[in-house]
Amino acid sequence: MELDFGPAVRDFRDEVRDWLAAHLVGEFAEHRGVGGPTDGAAWEVRLAWDRELSAGNWLGVGWPREFGGRGLGLVEEIAFEYEYARANAPYRATVNALDLLGPMLLKMGSEEQKKRFLPPILAIEELWGQGFSEPGAGSDLASVRTRAEREGDEWVVNGQKVWTSFGIHADWLYVLTRTDPDSVRHQGLTLLLLPTDQPGVEIRPIRNLAGQDEFAEVFLSDARTGADMVVGEAGQGWRTAMATLGIERGTTLLPQQLTFEREAEALIDLARDRGALDDPMLRRRIVDAWISVRIMRTTNLRTIAELTAGRAPGAQATTAKLYASTRHQQLGHLAMELAGPAGQIVGEDYGLDMRQRSFLLALAETIYGGSSEIQRNIIGEQVLGLPKEPRP
Amino acid sequence: MDLTFSQEQDELRKVVRSFLAKYSDEQAVRRLAADPEGHDVFIWRRMSGELGLQGLAVPEEYGGSGFGYVELGIVFEEAGRALLCGPYFATVALAAEALLRCDDESARHDLLPGIASGETVATLALTEDGGRWDEPGIRLTASGDTTTGWRLTGTKTYVPDGHLADLLLVAARTPVGISLFAVDAADARGLTRIPLPTLDQTRKQARLEFTDTPARLLGTEGTAWPALERTLATASVLLAAEQVGGAAAALDAAVDYARIRVQYGRPIGSFQGIKHKCADMLTEIESARSAAYGGLWALDAGDDMEIAAAAPLAQAFCSEAFTRVAGDNIQVHGGIGFTWEHPAHLYFKRAKSSEALLGSPSYHRELLAARLGI
Ligand SMILES: Cc1cc2nc3c(=O)[nH]c(=O)nc-3n(C[C@H](O)[C@H](O)[C@H](O)COP(=O)(O)OP(=O)(O)OC[C@H]3O[C@@H](n4cnc5c(N)ncnc54)[C@H](O)[C@@H]3O)c2cc1C
Repeated sequence: MELDFGPAVRDFRDEVRDWLAAHLVGEFAEHRGVGGPTDGAAWEVRLAWDRELSAGNWLGVGWPREFGGRGLGLVEEIAFEYEYARANAPYRATVNALDLLGPMLLKMGSEEQKKRFLPPILAIEELWGQGFSEPGAGSDLASVRTRAEREGDEWVVNGQKVWTSFGIHADWLYVLTRTDPDSVRHQGLTLLLLPTDQPGVEIRPIRNLAGQDEFAEVFLSDARTGADMVVGEAGQGWRTAMATLGIERGTTLLPQQLTFEREAEALIDLARDRGALDDPMLRRRIVDAWISVRIMRTTNLRTIAELTAGRAPGAQATTAKLYASTRHQQLGHLAMELAGPAGQIVGEDYGLDMRQRSFLLALAETIYGGSSEIQRNIIGEQVLGLPKEPRP
Repeated sequence: MDLTFSQEQDELRKVVRSFLAKYSDEQAVRRLAADPEGHDVFIWRRMSGELGLQGLAVPEEYGGSGFGYVELGIVFEEAGRALLCGPYFATVALAAEALLRCDDESARHDLLPGIASGETVATLALTEDGGRWDEPGIRLTASGDTTTGWRLTGTKTYVPDGHLADLLLVAARTPVGISLFAVDAADARGLTRIPLPTLDQTRKQARLEFTDTPARLLGTEGTAWPALERTLATASVLLAAEQVGGAAAALDAAVDYARIRVQYGRPIGSFQGIKHKCADMLTEIESARSAAYGGLWALDAGDDMEIAAAAPLAQAFCSEAFTRVAGDNIQVHGGIGFTWEHPAHLYFKRAKSSEALLGSPSYHRELLAARLGI
């Protein structure tokens, strides 16, 4: 089943297709399928690819023209993502700014902030990291302790952030801080934009279990940023942060799902090669893997269709992440089983192939953007209306 | 293709839901479950007379209203939610479909209007003692020819609502292959019908014995299997929609109970053990919806390749989803969920019988694998 976007969008889609065919060549083509929301592989090439996309004016398809976008609608955005994923282009290095911060600024930023930050995001001139999590505030994000104090026309920030994706590359961070020292939980939080190029900011890579320096810890000691760098209102940072997380939980799924489909196809090929299709147990798991990715696709199409029809997405928009992340991990286990002992051998310097990377990195999908347990709480409480857990 | 529901479709759902809330409430379900016949003519007439549900997807030229499978799927989803008892699935999902697919225009003109108007209760008799839904499972033989007339001899069993259907569409074997026959049950010679007591009392089955029973050949002798295969694919998708509805009702019951039942001084729904179970049930149901709706959209698009994959996928997935969710509903209810008085078991048993109705989940996985070339 494919989305039918109608004739007007079909032209746009053809334009995307043609452009990708013409530009996804050479080194870029060699890096087809590389990367993911937490995959730091081939960073430089992918950054160059983002710049290529920028030059073609393909970033910010739905953003207003005045900030460097194309000013098109949701349908075109989706059509673009679809074609992009179909072409198996490298995963964009700067999704954090493109898919999370950018939309958040468009929604909640001041006019000055939009003018100041959106164009360089689309031009890939400034890279961004998300500084929400802390050592003591992961799932329980409302317990952030990083403090920010007003001093004249500046904020002075002290504290520690962690798990900042692509943090070592970031020129700027958007950080959730506590600006009212007497406040608890959701009150008294403020979302600040903070430049990393200053003495008060120290960013250290953390090695993930795939051996990559993909995420980082960030130490803030008297780090400074301007008073005008508050997104939304001071003291209302929780609202701003939740808006971003809402975006995060929704948008990454569509391109990911097409990647999963490709992995399922590769898995079937591998199974055929290995003669594994004659094994009824394996056969069953392979069919189930295929069923899973097909269901993910239909689920996403349902959500897209609802959004483009101007309807509020149904419950499937909330359950999709839990389903996809869980099933993707099963797919990874099966792929590794089919690969057999050869799948256990890595390249030099712990060099992983695509299958191994995907298998390992899938472990993060049930953790980031709200862990599976937190997703279940959200589904239970916000979708099904079950009573809240007693919280302190 | 529209992958979301239109306002008219939402409206249809609302109308059907409120109709069934009235006529297929728990009391009605229990009454019909306990009744060996299991068919309430009064409800059946209202379904056709007030809402036109039997003829919803029958083309207008045969007396129906010519809606698509998405609309029909909505009705089945609601029927599943309400555990509707009676021959709706047999008549609409099996028999009407078989007539629409078979290559016999005059039979369509003769037989479909009765189905569409609610006059005729019909079913498809395909399975035999082996319980198989595939071509080799069909053993019952037909002999004769168009001039002398055709006669059926053999046994069909596990036939949904076969004990009361007026019209039996019977898959039989002739020397040249599988053919489809129509038998008018009211005055058929050599036909014995034996109702089979069922684990799931909300859907009745029967055993049919044919001894030299006169029958009408539909279409060309020996060419019925592809049409039957397509009929089964369609019925698989409609059954999947019914299963989604049943699962959704089971989840609603679990959630309602989890909100009010207090243990350790808290509603049990505030414990993650229960809350997470309910969240998993919903995730399962939404995934099953995608599977079933994907099938309905494929049917309306008439895309053969897509249908061939989407139908067994829907049946394999939705069967298991309904059974799991219906079982979890009993678990969430604790002891009360294990009683005859509580409706939870009605859903659980319907789930298990639906799993077996058109072939097991494993069988559908195999169908899918074969069709994908896996
Ligand atoms: C690859 C990766 C990239 C990331 N990128 C970023 C980033 O760019 N920026 C950023 O700010 N953060 C990022 N994160 C952080 C991510 O959001 C957190 O890891 C996540 O919210 C979980 O928090 P935690 O790691 O502290 O685990 P914890 O919250 O300590 O959770 C540990 C375990 O306890 C469970 N648990 C916690 N609370 C509950 C509860 N109430 N009920 C039931 N179970 C519970 C969790 O589900 C989990 O299984 C990233 C994480 C990963 C893995």
